[in-house]
Amino acid sequence: MPPREGTYGLLAEFNTPSELVHATQQARRAGYRRMECYTPYPVEEAAEALHFHKNRVPLLCLCGGLMGLTTAFLMETWIAVWAYPLNIAGRPLFSWPAFIIPAYEWTILFAGLSTFFGMIALNGLPQLYHPVFNAPNFRDGATTDKFFLCLEAHDPKFSLTESRAFLEQFSPASVVEVDH
Amino acid sequence: MATKSPLQDPVVDPMIDPITGEYAVIAPGHNFRSVTQKIAGIVLTGHTPLAWFGGLMVAGGVATMVVIVLTWLFLKGVGIWGVTMPGAWGFAIINFVWWIGIGHAGTLISAILLLFKQTWRNSINRFAEAMTIFAVVCAGMFPLIHVGRPWVSYWLFPYPNTMNVWPQFRSPLAWDVFAVSTYATISIVFWYMGMIPDFGTLRDRAKMPLAKYCYGILSLGWRGSTRHWIRYETASLLLAGLSTPLVLSVHTVISFDFAVAALAGWHTTIFPPYFVAGAVYSGFAMVLTLAIPIRKFYHLEDLVTLRHLDNMSKVMLATGSIVAYGYAMEVFMSWYSASHWEFFMMWNRMFGPMGWSYWVLILTNIAIPQATLWWRKARVNVAWLFILSFIINIGMWFERFVIVVTSLYRDYLPSSWGTFRATKWDYCLFIGTWGLFTVLFLLFARLAPMIPMNEIKMMLPQTKVRPGGADAETVIEETA
Repeated sequence: MPPREGTYGLLAEFNTPSELVHATQQARRAGYRRMECYTPYPVEEAAEALHFHKNRVPLLCLCGGLMGLTTAFLMETWIAVWAYPLNIAGRPLFSWPAFIIPAYEWTILFAGLSTFFGMIALNGLPQLYHPVFNAPNFRDGATTDKFFLCLEAHDPKFSLTESRAFLEQFSPASVVEVDH
Repeated sequence: MATKSPLQDPVVDPMIDPITGEYAVIAPGHNFRSVTQKIAGIVLTGHTPLAWFGGLMVAGGVATMVVIVLTWLFLKGVGIWGVTMPGAWGFAIINFVWWIGIGHAGTLISAILLLFKQTWRNSINRFAEAMTIFAVVCAGMFPLIHVGRPWVSYWLFPYPNTMNVWPQFRSPLAWDVFAVSTYATISIVFWYMGMIPDFGTLRDRAKMPLAKYCYGILSLGWRGSTRHWIRYETASLLLAGLSTPLVLSVHTVISFDFAVAALAGWHTTIFPPYFVAGAVYSGFAMVLTLAIPIRKFYHLEDLVTLRHLDNMSKVMLATGSIVAYGYAMEVFMSWYSASHWEFFMMWNRMFGPMGWSYWVLILTNIAIPQATLWWRKARVNVAWLFILSFIINIGMWFERFVIVVTSLYRDYLPSSWGTFRATKWDYCLFIGTWGLFTVLFLLFARLAPMIPMNEIKMMLPQTKVRPGGADAETVIEETA
């Protein structure tokens, strides 16, 4: 873990997504790895530029779904066959076709909940404080109409003067130093 | 290539796209900031419109009927309703199916249209989802109070108990518990997840400390990080993929409540698709009922355009035709099955003592919509659509009335025939749920972003990313 004091990084503000993506691609090419883009809506090209392709949300969804399916089906079987056997119009105790419907619903329930909570957990949310909120221009823009690139201080290539000069060449609206 | 300006050619409507000839999904001239200001402004304004308070007062007054009826119901029991043998399934089930059907359009808009990349849905999906949740709130109440002893309605769920009693999983009524509770949970999760980034926007734009604080908590600290967005988009698509089979299964399971019973008029295989289509039909009508006054009142005609109304009308036309096919098949099968009971049921449904309800259904669900919705003039006539949306929802309520009541009250044995008379408590509770629904919706419209800002932004031409960092102005010129 980097120390939680001093400079968090340099935050460059752009007016268009194209400028942001271009700057991010160049930063990646220049060897920066610890960086993040902040945009008011999902910009897939920015994720490409960050080389962030895969995420584990689908895996969590699958695991949740399988868990819901087995939980519901085993529970129904146990209840109907062992815990509370009832003769319903002479049907077999293990009447599995009827059990599929609640099992199907719980597959969706567990998959949906694991998708949502998995996404939240992988994103490290809820996190009400973050250093980028300290930038004076961040909150007016990042969730409205501005596009930010943050080069983080714990990147080995980071240097306050050189990185600032590097960002300035893409003519951003501003470059701000962000403190922890 | 330059577009013709309306000044050069006064006949051209600026809302019509010259290339496709369709109405534009978003009025031209919007940018990221104007969209944010327009939508966030509705929530963050310090001046609540007086009409909003007026609406809340009226709707709240109507909603108190729910409280009154429930109090009386808990004191006296379900005998205060018109439910008795043979019509033991009265208004409670009709209203349950009606409300939950209305909810289904919200899920269809938010999930199925997302998977089909129908971006026009972005303007209407948020309040359609809200409509789903509030409709499920109204719907869910009915089975709970219909069980007779609502204070033990948790017995419906499988939980370890000292009585060693468990639910019976071969019964469609037990399936219902799973289907509806899953549906409510996933709808709320999907709705809330969609609002997280918008709550972030509201947090950043709010002036009042309390609003900043509340929206800050609700946004979970959303900061628009690209890695977050990618996971978020994946989760949205997955939830859409999960909601699609869910919404189809929920109304299918509800139709099983009827179709599994060995009663003429209920015991048919066409019920699941016909119920789902009917649900979507009434749901889209309800979206129109809500969207038309909202876009007018909050001046959202730029974002909820005639294109949306036209498209929704087309969905209603399609699902309405499926419903019409369902009615036709019911009639055909009652003859083709050569079953005496089926034939009598259909004759009784059309010409029996309650035959009028069948013809109201045909008039409102088939005749009037089919006579108008085939024409574009009617599909973009806002006043007519508003009226039609009520007509269709009345029709869909009568559909459930016809299915429940006219199948039950004259079954196999003439000696067990009876009739069904709803009491004033039935009517008051049903009307009360409209009030409850409206109250919830008014609160939502005042406190939460009604239109997803981030999704609207994604539809603007400024989002196009050009290699080499070319600025947006040139992009707009070239795409125009």
